[in-house]
Amino acid sequence: MADPEIKSYEPHHESQSAAVTESRPVKAVLMAIALAFLAVFLLLPLIVVFHEALAKGIGAYMEALSGPDTRSAIRLTLLVAAISVPLNVVFGISAAWAIAKFEFKGKAFLTTLIDLPFSVSPVISGLVYVLLFGAQGLLGAWLKAHGIVILFAVPGIVLATIFVTFPFVARELIPLMQEQGNGDEEAALSLGASGWQAFWYVTLPNVKWGLLYGVLLCNARAMGEFGAVSVVSGHIRGLTNTMPLHVEILYNEYNAVGAFAVASLLAGLALVTLVLKTLLEMRYGAELAATRGH
Amino acid sequence: MTTAPAKAGWRFRQPSVIPGFGLTLGFSLAYLTLIILIPLSGLVWRSAALGWTDFWAIAVDRRTLNALKISFGTAFLAAVVNVVFGTLVAWVLVRYRFPGRRIVDAMVDLPFALPTAVAGIALTTLYAPNGWIGHLLMPLGIKVAYTPLGIVIALVFIGLPFVVRTVQPIMEELDKEVEEAAATLGASRFQIITRVLFPGLAPAIVTGFSLAFARGVGEYGSVIFIAGNLPFKSEIAPLLIVIRLEEYNYEAATAIAAIMLALSFLMLLVVNLVQTWSRKRYG
Repeated sequence: MADPEIKSYEPHHESQSAAVTESRPVKAVLMAIALAFLAVFLLLPLIVVFHEALAKGIGAYMEALSGPDTRSAIRLTLLVAAISVPLNVVFGISAAWAIAKFEFKGKAFLTTLIDLPFSVSPVISGLVYVLLFGAQGLLGAWLKAHGIVILFAVPGIVLATIFVTFPFVARELIPLMQEQGNGDEEAALSLGASGWQAFWYVTLPNVKWGLLYGVLLCNARAMGEFGAVSVVSGHIRGLTNTMPLHVEILYNEYNAVGAFAVASLLAGLALVTLVLKTLLEMRYGAELAATRGH
Repeated sequence: MTTAPAKAGWRFRQPSVIPGFGLTLGFSLAYLTLIILIPLSGLVWRSAALGWTDFWAIAVDRRTLNALKISFGTAFLAAVVNVVFGTLVAWVLVRYRFPGRRIVDAMVDLPFALPTAVAGIALTTLYAPNGWIGHLLMPLGIKVAYTPLGIVIALVFIGLPFVVRTVQPIMEELDKEVEEAAATLGASRFQIITRVLFPGLAPAIVTGFSLAFARGVGEYGSVIFIAGNLPFKSEIAPLLIVIRLEEYNYEAATAIAAIMLALSFLMLLVVNLVQTWSRKRYG
C-alpha cells in the first residue's frame, strides 16, 4: 500500500526527512538484506517442498498420495483435529469468560498457567502422558486391568495434541474480551436476557473474528504437531500414524517423493491458514488489534 | 483499582451482575488440571521419586550434559541471529513501503503455520551437500546439514516470527515526533537509532529473544532431520529424551525432562528480571 503522505512531503523537506529516515542507499541495503534473509529462510523451504513433491511428475505425486497408509494418516490427522480443536474452543471460551468478565484472586496466575504448554518442549508434552498412562506409568496397571488403551492409540494422540494446542483459543479471546468490557452483556442482562442469551447473542458475535483466528492457529498446530504426538503414537502404520509422522517414516525410507507429497498437503494447509489469517487481520484488524502478534 | 467495600474484608472475587462465574471457572480449572497440571506434576513426582543420587548420576552423564549444551547453545545462537535479522525485518516492514509488503508481512508467520516435520525435511533437502544451498556452501568448506550448524539454521527458521511479531507492534507505536525532535536538536540518524529508538524497543527485543530461545531449546521436529543426531556432537536434549524412552529407560527420560523444564523456567525468570531492569533503565 502506497503512503501518499510520505510521498508528497519528501521533496519539500529533503533535509528534515533525511534526518528521520535513513538515506536512500542505506534504505535499499537494509531492505535487500531483510528480503534476502526472508527469501532464503522462509521462501526457499516452502518452494523446495513442492519442487521435491513434483520432482517425478504429477503422476508420481498423485500415486504417492493415494496409498492406503497415506490415506489413513490423513484420516487420523483430520479425526484428531476434529476432536481436539472443539474441546480447546470450549475451554478457551470458558476460560476467557471467567478471566475477562470477572475480577478474582489469582487471575494473573491462572493466565500464566494457561500459557504453560507453550514453554514446554513438545517431547516433554508427550512424555508426561507416557509417564501417566504407560506400562510403567502411574495409572498403567489400573488401565491394563480395565482394558483401557490410551497410549500408542488414538486417545493418547488426542491428549498430546490437546496439550500442545491448549492455549491458542484462550489467549486470543482473553485480551479481546477484556478490551470489550462488560457493558454490552450488562445491558443485555438488564433488558431481561438470560446469561446464555447474553453470551449467545451478544458476546459471541462480538468475539467471532478473534475466535476464528484462534481456531485457525489451533487447527494448524493440531494437524501439524510432531514431537508430542511422535512420543505417544507408537508409529503404527495405518493405525496411529498422523500426517507429520507419516512424512517422517517415508523420509527415513528414502521415499522423497512420498514424504514431500504428504508434506506438500501440510504446507498447503499452512498457506491456507496464512491467507485466511491475513484476510482476517486486514478486514477485522481493529477488532483483532488487541490480540495481534501472539 | 476498584476498592472493595470495607466491611467485606478479603473476598475471592469482586461482585458482578454477569452470571456464569462458577460454571466457567470450574470447568476451566478442571480441564486445566486434567490436561496440563496432573500430567506435569506426574513428571515432577516421578523425578522426585528417583532420589537425589540417581538423578544426579543421570544429570552429569556426559551424553546428557552434551545434549543439554547443544540444545541451549544452538538455541542461544539462533536467538541471537533472530534478534538481529528479526529486528531488521520488523523495521523494514514497519518503516518502508514497497510492493508486496503485505505478502512479505504474512510470510513471516510461515514458521508458526508450517508443521515442524515439513520444515525439517525441507531445510535438510536445501542444506544437504547436493541441495540448492548446500552445494553452494560446499566449495567454501561449510557443511550445514548433519552438523550443529544445521540445528542453528532450523532454529532460526522456527524462532524468527517470535522476534518479528514481538518487536513489530512496539515499532509501529514509536512516536515519529520524538525522532523529529532529536533531529531538530542536531542528533545524527545513527544517534537517533541508538539513543532514542533502541531504548524504547529494548524490552520487546528481550522478550522476542527469550521467546525464540525458549522455543528453540525445546524444538524437536524441525531439528532431528537436519541435525544428523550424532551423540556428543549434534544430539539435542529432546531427542535424547526420546531415545531413552525407546530404551524403556523412563528414569533417564524423566530426569532429562525435569532438568530441561527447570532450566527453561530459570531462564524465563532471568529474562523477566532483565526486562524489569530494562524497563526501569530505559522506560
